[in-house]
Amino acid sequence: MSTVDAALLERHGLTPDEYERIVAALGREPNLTELGMFSVMWSEHCSYKSSRVHLRTLPTAGRRVLQGPGENAGAVDIGDGLAAVFKIESHNHPSFIEPYQGAATGVGGIIRDIFTMGARPVALMNSLRFGPMDGPHGARTRRIVEGVVAGIAGYGNSIGIPTVGGEIAFEEPYTGNPLVNVFCLGLSRADALVKGRADGVGNPVYYVGAKTGRDGIHGATMASAEFDDTSAEKRPAVQVGDPFMEKLLLEACLELMKGDALIGVQDMGAAGLTCATSEMGARGGRGIEIDVRHVPQRETGMTPYEIMLSESQERMLLVVKKGREREVEEIFDKWDLHAAQVGVVTGDGLLRVKDRGTLVAEIPNVALVDEAPVYNRPMSRPAYLDEVRRFDPSPLPVADPQDALFRILSAPTVANKRWVYRQYDHMVRTNTIVLAGMGAGVVRVKGTSRALAMSVDGNGRYGYLDPRRGAMLAVAEAARNVACAGAEPIGATNCLNFGNPERPEIMWQFAEAVQGIGEACRALDVPITGGNVSLYNETDGKAIYPTAVIGVVGLIDDAALTLSRTFRGEGDAIVLFGETFDELGGSEYLKTIHAQVSGEPPRLDLRRERALIELLVRSARAGLLRSAHDCSDGGVAVTLAECAFDTGGLGCDVDLPAGGLREDAALFSESASRAIVTAAEADVSSLLQMAARAGVPARPIGRTGGARLRIALDGRLALDCDLREAERRWSAALEGYFSPTYQV
Amino acid sequence: MKFAVIVFPGSNCDHDAYHAAKHVLGHDAEFVWHKETSLKGAEVVILPGGFSYGDYLRTGAIAQFSPVMTAVREFAMAGGPLLGICNGFQVLCEAKLLPGALLRNKDLKFHCEHIRVRVEQTDTPFTLRATRGQVLKLPIAHGEGNYVADPATLEALESQGRVIFRYCDAEGRLTEEANPNGSLNAIAGICNETRNVVGLMPHPERACEAPLGSRDGLVLFDSVVASLASSGALTA
Repeated sequence: MSTVDAALLERHGLTPDEYERIVAALGREPNLTELGMFSVMWSEHCSYKSSRVHLRTLPTAGRRVLQGPGENAGAVDIGDGLAAVFKIESHNHPSFIEPYQGAATGVGGIIRDIFTMGARPVALMNSLRFGPMDGPHGARTRRIVEGVVAGIAGYGNSIGIPTVGGEIAFEEPYTGNPLVNVFCLGLSRADALVKGRADGVGNPVYYVGAKTGRDGIHGATMASAEFDDTSAEKRPAVQVGDPFMEKLLLEACLELMKGDALIGVQDMGAAGLTCATSEMGARGGRGIEIDVRHVPQRETGMTPYEIMLSESQERMLLVVKKGREREVEEIFDKWDLHAAQVGVVTGDGLLRVKDRGTLVAEIPNVALVDEAPVYNRPMSRPAYLDEVRRFDPSPLPVADPQDALFRILSAPTVANKRWVYRQYDHMVRTNTIVLAGMGAGVVRVKGTSRALAMSVDGNGRYGYLDPRRGAMLAVAEAARNVACAGAEPIGATNCLNFGNPERPEIMWQFAEAVQGIGEACRALDVPITGGNVSLYNETDGKAIYPTAVIGVVGLIDDAALTLSRTFRGEGDAIVLFGETFDELGGSEYLKTIHAQVSGEPPRLDLRRERALIELLVRSARAGLLRSAHDCSDGGVAVTLAECAFDTGGLGCDVDLPAGGLREDAALFSESASRAIVTAAEADVSSLLQMAARAGVPARPIGRTGGARLRIALDGRLALDCDLREAERRWSAALEGYFSPTYQV
Repeated sequence: MKFAVIVFPGSNCDHDAYHAAKHVLGHDAEFVWHKETSLKGAEVVILPGGFSYGDYLRTGAIAQFSPVMTAVREFAMAGGPLLGICNGFQVLCEAKLLPGALLRNKDLKFHCEHIRVRVEQTDTPFTLRATRGQVLKLPIAHGEGNYVADPATLEALESQGRVIFRYCDAEGRLTEEANPNGSLNAIAGICNETRNVVGLMPHPERACEAPLGSRDGLVLFDSVVASLASSGALTA
């Protein structure tokens, strides 16, 4: 093919400039197969061409980091010769087009990233964002929610990896573009991490797993474009997941990795065989030659173009030592998998694709992987910011505290997520020591005294009002959440969900958010070991809130000292760490009670945040705490209620300092760097001394006990409600949207 | 005491059963791959939970044809204690070692949560250390646990005292809310006519250690150990 016209380029999502670069890289015009391969590898999704210049600024090194960004997943040292391998990834676009399969294959993809590193996946989490479940698009949104949750459950439950927690938010801008971010964590021997590289000229290249079909062709390109009303036609670009196949692949690969026959392995996810071959070749500085005739195929008559671009799920590419083929094939045979040798490692650095011996593509691996264009796209501060940040709460009426509390507890973003997590097997593998919904997800590490805590957090409204501070607050909240479980934060992964980067306002939001993450991670000493960027989250020209989701992993030395959010018994002292300021900007209160998304998000003093996190970890290790809960969404009133929920009706009686604040600010302000902890009476003075040494404001505010939720401000009772009634509303709210009797 | 944990492709609670038997209780335990034909001298056999063969046909429908099932059947016929947990229960029903079938939960949703079951009979090797009416807090994790059987079978199960566990509330009452999946007669677990084969949907192996939220599952393991100790070990 010699005539590459504008329409063909557009169908491939390539610009004329990019085409010129391709011609330069090859020294000739590409044929159609080669054009297709470049288009997927140079898509935003695979090449990070718009985000790369910004991501470079993130802190990725640390004393525990064993693997930073660049491999299939990051890894940190957790002691006892073990590594925690983890990553978060988005599957936003497919989940909107086909919720069940989109979400399911997202889970499948992130699991493959983890076991590809040689780690056994032991925990999943997810961060989900949807539009409102009522209003004009409510019915469609509820269908999407049901589909996404069922898809996550269907895949994770079947493969037998517990989904131990996560977060869900409902905001208008996600109506036409939900976010499905999935996180997986695995365990490996620290000295046995497997890399995705090809090496050793003459070594065989194997293909294992599901057969290749025509599904998912140009999935990566789809994920790099905005949505419009023709998006439904893109459904064939969403793949179908097979968790059973993946379970077999997982077990077979881990069995193979116990020996030393394997050189490198990579899953075929986005950009399929093209990505796996070129990335493994580029990382090892080698070439790979394959013949597509040997690729197991599900359909007849597939062209090399289709085979190279297919994103069929549950497929792996392996490079093994020459002479060890039999051993490898036997392991896959045991698991009823067919390992097909499709090619060989070469020394020339080229990805050479043949079809029954005839050359159909020949591209330097580095051209596909490393020479994608890097854009420093123009940025400008969006005009809307001045408008939404101009916020004066004084004309707003102060809501009745009990009514406001009940309404916030019933808001889907705050309400009990039991309807969701009950559909996830969160206990399989018998490591889950903090059950879903009870705080950070915590899994013990069998064979050691340790446990790992993990939390995924983001706040779209904060990001919208201040992308930089919103991202910093997400890092702080995730780190604080694991600290509340008693874990020292040791590593992080990020999933950056934004609109169209070709718009300067979006690019500015993105750059600001990355700056914020970098600043917060440096200050809290939590390196970023990998992650994912999802751009073009727009439908009909409307972008989502700029949403940075952060996953933080924390280490608990003594699993017996793990904490959850819930009160533990009558008569414990309740202590508030941190201070409450007049910070209702962007709060759940403002949105739910006054229908406003405006103001500034809470301020964040990273020095204070770090002091709080260290105090939480130290006091948990010393055994001084009985429970701990991060104080964020809905402020101190909602936090206290959540501490009392799931206890069988153990209430509390507290007296908070009003600090000259309006009643609503004192109760619902979302000031950062706060936590509500409980301690046995005998430990309170030690705890307060420890807090004083750490420079963290700490104040005993009351006691657990009784069947009511009683909150006074400066001695005057502001809220006195029946705990069971509050819990009933909190528990019924989300489930109500999915009951057969739900009325709009 | 030696436990065998059968591993089908797609089993995923195999490690949990193994961990409970070996590391919590301190017995010998061995995985037995479904293509094997011997139970390696095990005295107790567990069919674990999971999604054998992906459960793409009917749950447990394909696993019954695995080579190892011949040995499992012989073991059961010889009176050996055989426990099917969750997917293992479904496999036992498909293999006709237990009667009835498990349909999709009444709300068509997967349920993972702690529930309560009442011990109905203590004359099986897996319940002899329990007391009748004892309420156990156990996790469930299934999408297809809705037990059904034809009226004659159900009548036989009831009249022969072969319903071993029923879903109940914390006080042991049988209520509609306490039945998580719509099972007939609130049936959570049953046994065969000779009482040595027990199947249940809840996961006792997930409830053997305090940090996991319950130790009530231990009684099934303690029971089978006691039963073998008193009867003189039966070897496959």
